[in-house]
Amino acid sequence: MRALSIILAAAGLLAVAFGSTETLAAGAIEGGGRQALNVPAIVMFFLFVAMTLGITKWAASRARSAADFYAAGGGITGFQNGLAIAGDYMSAASFLGISGLVFATGFDGLIYSVGWLVGWPIVLFLIAERLRNLGRYTFADVVAFRLEPTPTRILASIGTLTVVAFYLIAQMVGAGKLIELLFGLPYLYAVILVGGLMIVYVAFGGMVATTWVQIIKAGLLLGGATFMAFMVLASFGFSPEAMFRAAVDIHPKHLAIMEPGGLVSDPISAISLGLALMFGTAGLPHILMRFFTVADAKAARKSVFYATGFIGYFYILTFIIGFGAITLLMNDPSYFKVAASGAYNKVGDLLGGTNMAAIHLANAVGGSLFLGFISAVAFATILAVVAGLTLAGASAISHDLYASVIAKGKVAEDKEVKLSKLSAIAIGVVAIMLGYLFENQNVAFMVGLAFAVAASCNFPVLLMSVFWKGTTSRGALIGGLLGLTAAVVMVVLSPAVWVKTFGFQAALFPYDNPALFSMAIAFVGIWLFSKIDATARARAEQGAFEAQYVRSETGIGAAGALAH
Amino acid sequence: MGETDVLRIRREPMFRELVDKRAHFAWTLSAAMLVIYFGFILLIAFAPKVLGVPIGGGVMTVGIPVGLFVIVSAFVLTGIYVHRANSVFDDLTHKIIEKVK
Repeated sequence: MRALSIILAAAGLLAVAFGSTETLAAGAIEGGGRQALNVPAIVMFFLFVAMTLGITKWAASRARSAADFYAAGGGITGFQNGLAIAGDYMSAASFLGISGLVFATGFDGLIYSVGWLVGWPIVLFLIAERLRNLGRYTFADVVAFRLEPTPTRILASIGTLTVVAFYLIAQMVGAGKLIELLFGLPYLYAVILVGGLMIVYVAFGGMVATTWVQIIKAGLLLGGATFMAFMVLASFGFSPEAMFRAAVDIHPKHLAIMEPGGLVSDPISAISLGLALMFGTAGLPHILMRFFTVADAKAARKSVFYATGFIGYFYILTFIIGFGAITLLMNDPSYFKVAASGAYNKVGDLLGGTNMAAIHLANAVGGSLFLGFISAVAFATILAVVAGLTLAGASAISHDLYASVIAKGKVAEDKEVKLSKLSAIAIGVVAIMLGYLFENQNVAFMVGLAFAVAASCNFPVLLMSVFWKGTTSRGALIGGLLGLTAAVVMVVLSPAVWVKTFGFQAALFPYDNPALFSMAIAFVGIWLFSKIDATARARAEQGAFEAQYVRSETGIGAAGALAH
Repeated sequence: MGETDVLRIRREPMFRELVDKRAHFAWTLSAAMLVIYFGFILLIAFAPKVLGVPIGGGVMTVGIPVGLFVIVSAFVLTGIYVHRANSVFDDLTHKIIEKVK
């Protein structure tokens, strides 16, 4: 009952937020920064919200145990989990950002999107099954399997919360800006709306609701993008050559859009970014958590197979959508900010910026109703991603920090779940405040930083604890902290932050992405400090490797891990 | 699972076979993915013009199918792994579990 009343209160908040927009939107149109109130988009968005709140209510009514809350009771199938992973991973930034990059630069957008995909096979080959066999709710379960729980869970929580914080700030700011643009809703309302909904999904529906929000979103996004790519290809008689030829004729860069441009200039940066994307994927806490929602290792590996298929397919669609936007938008001044002379820059003057290419294309191929649909999908996309992040952060606080570190495992299950729900609310409130605070800051580097930290702290600690017998708690703790610190410090000193954000003359660290160096620091740190760890505890931990190894490879004993 | 069970499984030849086969297979596929992806990135860094060569007199360049190949290869590699794991590795695992029961 209490859950229902809060859901109703949230719906009321929505109504208030939208209701008060009409007056504000009028002023915004003159300013040009915000679009007029987009009625079909809002109607469709309301349908999505109503459906997901219904699911949340259903999930809340049946979620009782900690296993339900953190891992949907382990009852998600491989196919469903594959879709949910895709829904967790395909952010609005990758949909709008990559199609916008293709619109602006052509081929370079493809280079960028490829990097976001190639981490998945690595997750499958090295991580997924072992994670499922050893862990229960969070990846810290795996690290703490044979290592000392207190230091390793503190480390894993710091790694998780750092990744979640940077990722969440980037998502909140992006969400506020995007919703302001798409729905004509003021920035602050948009951020409160996103934060409020994610709190409701996670705090009341736990992993079950989060999973279904992600599945529905993935279905809508893949469906919408497929329709757009189909319409684009259909307008060229399904001949890619004809589409590319038209794009080359229309785009101001002409033939240059068909080959690599300036995205990859120096090899060190390129390799470093590649490493961060590839191994960062294998260290994202909200993604790793998804592997505990399936019944066994077999379902875990199927999830990755489906997820890789969906995500790869999606990136191929964004490439077609980007080229479609070039061919169908660039010669139509109604999509551009046109000077009095009638002239406009075919890339830079796109209304709302190049990130809006896919949104404008939706209007071009499907009219205002489809535009509304795609806008609602973009909103849904943000919600699914932030819900996953919030759940991962809340689990780190309740399951790792509270239940294991503070209460030393002596805590009632319902109390742990309650704390997790409170953590989700706290994270949501903090995310709203940070989103508001960072409104006019440059947050573009934050997703990259989240991946760098995931690749330099979470991934090395996880990999070494599972694969190398010699790993000790001290080695994992020091190595992980060194990797995390190195990643953050190097990003702060990099050109993107030190020069572009803080305004200093020259960067103290020459590369925008630190992963090549910070990952090496983490691995060497774990190895070195494990090697010189001569304590009796270290020997006991190394001795416990055999039992962990047998279970991680065979899953024997893992089935019982679901029950408390 | 007690200590004696761990030792029994550890000494089991089928367990050795499983972990050796799977480790070899998983690291080989990982290496394949790394070579494909970083090969692509290094090609872009050092010889971007290679990817700009047009195909068959049209505007489509070599880069487009190469980029698509990288995407498709990620999917195909996961498919290969899952197929083998679902048959060979799972069979071996079940045999080990049966034997030590």
